[in-house]
Amino acid sequence: MKDWPLWEVFIRSKQGLSHKHVGSLHAADAQMAIENARDVYTRRNEGVSIWVVASAHIHASTEDTEAFFDPANDKVYRHPTFYDLPDAVKHM
Amino acid sequence: MNFQYLLQLGDNALILSQRLGEWCGHGPVLEQDIAMTNIALDLLGQARMLLTYAGELEGQGKSEDDLAYFRDAHQFHSALLVEQPNTDWAFTIVRQFFFDVFNFYNYSALLQSRDERLAAIAEKSLKEVTYHLRYSSEWVVRLGDGTETSHQKMQTALDELWMFTGELTTPSEVDRLMAEAGIAPDLLKIKPLWDAKVSAVLEEATLKKPENDWMQSGGKTGRHTEHLGYILAEMQHLQRTYPGNEW
Repeated sequence: MKDWPLWEVFIRSKQGLSHKHVGSLHAADAQMAIENARDVYTRRNEGVSIWVVASAHIHASTEDTEAFFDPANDKVYRHPTFYDLPDAVKHM
Repeated sequence: MNFQYLLQLGDNALILSQRLGEWCGHGPVLEQDIAMTNIALDLLGQARMLLTYAGELEGQGKSEDDLAYFRDAHQFHSALLVEQPNTDWAFTIVRQFFFDVFNFYNYSALLQSRDERLAAIAEKSLKEVTYHLRYSSEWVVRLGDGTETSHQKMQTALDELWMFTGELTTPSEVDRLMAEAGIAPDLLKIKPLWDAKVSAVLEEATLKKPENDWMQSGGKTGRHTEHLGYILAEMQHLQRTYPGNEW
């Protein structure tokens, strides 16, 4: 069991549109990981869809957060906020 | 509908649930501890439905709790298989697998029962049992076709529990009565399904099916192994000491 890889678990709820990260677990293979996720993370009807991804396959940004994301902070023209919506358009 | 028939089904679920509950906090890995106890809870839920029905049928005002906590070993009609000790993970998985195969086919057949309430219980239970069977089958394969150690432990468990499997598909007098009344399936028709599924999984798990086909029996008629006494002592002593005690 020391060799069992770690998996990250993402669950989408019935009303949800996207999978949310709920935790992680160890399992020998993908099939077991999905079943373990079902047993551990959907006991209270939390979801209808499970994704498991081997943690080794998740790549995250680790660089200095400030410098990496900073350039986007002063480009206000990228935001869709410079026109008036007609009343007839109810949902935008 | 027959009181003993409901007890056969309900006691199987209750005693196996109690055995699986012994794993709580002792599982080899967190996820399997939870999986085992989830299965125990599913079975307990099935036991509750069946024993409640049995209590009503008996007509002596007994509740599910009265039946669970105040009957003695010889009044339990569970199969001998479910009272066998947990021993280790291999024994637990093999015992579970043998039982799940039977439970799956039995509940599937009970969907057609003339007794509507039982058919409804079967429909609800089948969803849970389908998962139990999937879970235990996969573990049989993983451990059987695993390392040399896991393979040996599985073969030992298989060899020792084999003699308790025949009882599951051997009709008792009550099973026969219920089959004639269209309430229960003919267990002799379930047996080949059980055999086929078990053979298929054991083969995939590279495990050898025992050749000796002499079978133990007696559980369905109240003749139990020494293990049931200890299980009941633990399960019942609180209620027997303080009758009517509630959380």
